[in-house]
Amino acid sequence: MSVRRLAEDTVQPSTFAFTAENVAWAETTIKKYPEGRQQSAVIPLLMRAQEQDGWVTRAAIESIADMLDMPYIRVLEVATFYTQFQLKPVGTRAHVQVCGTTPCMLRGAEELMKVCKRKIAGEPFALNAEGTLSWEEVECQGACVNAPMVMIFKDSYEDLTPEQLEIIIDRFEAGDGANVRPGPQIDRVFSAPEGGLTSLTDAQPAPAKRVSAKPAASAEAAVSVPPSNAAKPKTAADETNPAVKSPANGKTALPADDPLAKPVKAAVAAASTKPSLDDKSRPKGVDRPETPDDLKLISGVGPKIEGILHEIGIFTYVQIATWKKAEREWVDGYLNFKGRIDREDWVKQAKALAKGGEAEYIKVFGKKPR
Amino acid sequence: MLQDKDRIFTNIYGLKDKSLKGAMARGNWDGTKQLIEKGRDWIINEIKASGLRGRGGAGFPTGLKWSFMPKESDGRPHYLVVNADESEPGTCKDRDIMRHDPHTLIEGCVIASFAMAANTAYIYIRGEYMREREALQAAIDECYDAGLLGKNNKNGWDIDIYLHHGAGAYICGEETALLESLEGKKGQPRLKPPFPANMGLYGCPTTVNNVESIAVTPTILRRGAGWFSSIGRPNNVGTKLFMISGHVNRPCTVEEEMGITFRELIDRHAGGIRGGWDNLLAVIPGGASCPVVKAEDIIDCPMDFDGLRAVGSSFGTAGAIVMDKSTDIIKAIARISAFFKHESCGQCTPCREGTGWMWRVLERMARGNAQKREIDMLFQVTKQVEGHTICALGDAAAWPVQGLIRNFRPEIEKRIDAYTHSAMDHGAVLEAAE
Repeated sequence: MSVRRLAEDTVQPSTFAFTAENVAWAETTIKKYPEGRQQSAVIPLLMRAQEQDGWVTRAAIESIADMLDMPYIRVLEVATFYTQFQLKPVGTRAHVQVCGTTPCMLRGAEELMKVCKRKIAGEPFALNAEGTLSWEEVECQGACVNAPMVMIFKDSYEDLTPEQLEIIIDRFEAGDGANVRPGPQIDRVFSAPEGGLTSLTDAQPAPAKRVSAKPAASAEAAVSVPPSNAAKPKTAADETNPAVKSPANGKTALPADDPLAKPVKAAVAAASTKPSLDDKSRPKGVDRPETPDDLKLISGVGPKIEGILHEIGIFTYVQIATWKKAEREWVDGYLNFKGRIDREDWVKQAKALAKGGEAEYIKVFGKKPR
Repeated sequence: MLQDKDRIFTNIYGLKDKSLKGAMARGNWDGTKQLIEKGRDWIINEIKASGLRGRGGAGFPTGLKWSFMPKESDGRPHYLVVNADESEPGTCKDRDIMRHDPHTLIEGCVIASFAMAANTAYIYIRGEYMREREALQAAIDECYDAGLLGKNNKNGWDIDIYLHHGAGAYICGEETALLESLEGKKGQPRLKPPFPANMGLYGCPTTVNNVESIAVTPTILRRGAGWFSSIGRPNNVGTKLFMISGHVNRPCTVEEEMGITFRELIDRHAGGIRGGWDNLLAVIPGGASCPVVKAEDIIDCPMDFDGLRAVGSSFGTAGAIVMDKSTDIIKAIARISAFFKHESCGQCTPCREGTGWMWRVLERMARGNAQKREIDMLFQVTKQVEGHTICALGDAAAWPVQGLIRNFRPEIEKRIDAYTHSAMDHGAVLEAAE
């Protein structure tokens, strides 16, 4: 942990006030958190104070504590704990934050810091002679594939060389910082590899097709995308060839419980018997009515089957009661029920439920539904 | 090799339309309402069946984590908190998701919030990602305007998503420290139990998930658990954003299948190792907290949780830091130690004192100004830090040092010999032992 203290009293201003715009912003920010939890807004408010004044002053800490109804010490704790808060004045035109953590170090962050030492000040946090520039070494800024990088205020400047950093610092010193292009300083788009894409090269990849989420459907998807071979060692050795017969049993070496073989087989079977949704004997579906009938009252329909029926637009007893043989067979095949719909006579059950609800059902079948 | 049609993040480089309309054209927000209508249990079971493991580093199964939330509210609200405090050195994937493909994350938040009966989601983004914060906020505003978020929205589940930011503290990536920070306190981790699923944000049931874990869920639900689990090796399935930094010819972030070998990953996407494969010294495979792996162990190692555990390291966040033979490996690890010393929150003594101690010894070793017996002492101290702290930062600080000693002990001894030898040339050891 790092020990951080507030600036000397001699540089501390006596008062702090948010601008009118920032006051309005602070009010909406506090509303993001539940009633009585306004303390949550302390970090955003301190950050906004820093953006307004350039650094976090004691007056700002106390004023924010009053705004949030917090003891001063709690806000002071936060301001000294989080290292992004500048507790002393920094360069007015640029405060250069050089990332020095290992990924950046490997690609030359130390050279960047030498540039800062030469052009700005020998020590981090020290201001240059005019008070316009300062620098510090910071820990990982999260742009590791664009190393080395520096951050100045809100923007990061990536893939730097010492020469480019000198130019950037010069431009900030001249007050022209806003016109420096942020992001990678070499011919490269954000985090994509330099010199052309290696992925996402299809002109416009088709939106991922939505597969209806029945369990069988996921097996179907498994067929279309064969399991990865990425991790498999590439070898021409005989013992790894599945087609070679094993001397032990004279059968193919592919074991019966091969995890790759099974789902494919099952899925092929499922796919071959499963009727198509476009089949003409598919019963007509309707839009979801306001109060769909409780299909679970039909013996043989559980919550899961009910869900599937809803998907294909079956919501009422009347719909099921009118199913003809072809439609019954289609649904049977779709649910992979092997004749259960006829065995349990869903149509007769649905007719009774449609006619008189539970009472009629008891009259016809002599028992309560379900 | 993963094909483009199986990539979840279709705009990770920001080359295509980032607006809501563009995201919808690429398949985001397609049938979110229907997914929600299938119910909570279906979503959680599907995520469990997909085998998705948390992308934040620990690899805890996401579906299982979701199922820890109470089924019925006891009057307290539930919260979803998305951990976008990406600060692990070597890791920069969430940044690209948030600035270029934010709708994957927002749609994921809606679905995950529904699955856990949360009406409020907070996204905790690190303070340094200011432009990313603006991009994500713009995307959220767009969704509010389109009626996809807020009360009585088109998806049939009331949800508000709020963006909150930190201010430069690595420790806030630890879930309980993140909750403390979100409550407006210092980011010091809490003791567990109680776990966040019972007592999290504001004392209410909370689930904290990584950005990438949340952002992949809508696509998994749309395409089915079977599709996701068919990519990769058993127990290590799916696609993953890999980040390749350090001494490669073309560092980049890329989405690939889990279990791709290190060689294939580097050759295909990063343009090879600087100076060729013979020039590779070592790799830190999953962000700075993972032990370093020697070249010969990593070259044909599958990049996934089990593959890297087998070589004595861990998968972490899949941010590979590549080092060629020009690297001063002791100095590189000493810099990582300096990082952990800087980021220790100061709550537990072994970590607060140990991280600084390890760093100071490593700095001396990087110069060679040490005794050989101190190597064993250093190893022993790492063992005393590891596992004796509230959170895993102590472990994370200890592992890189252990990896260095395990793999590069001869290098450290050579350095000590060279230092002693050159000191003797001048006639005497000039520097007093500390």
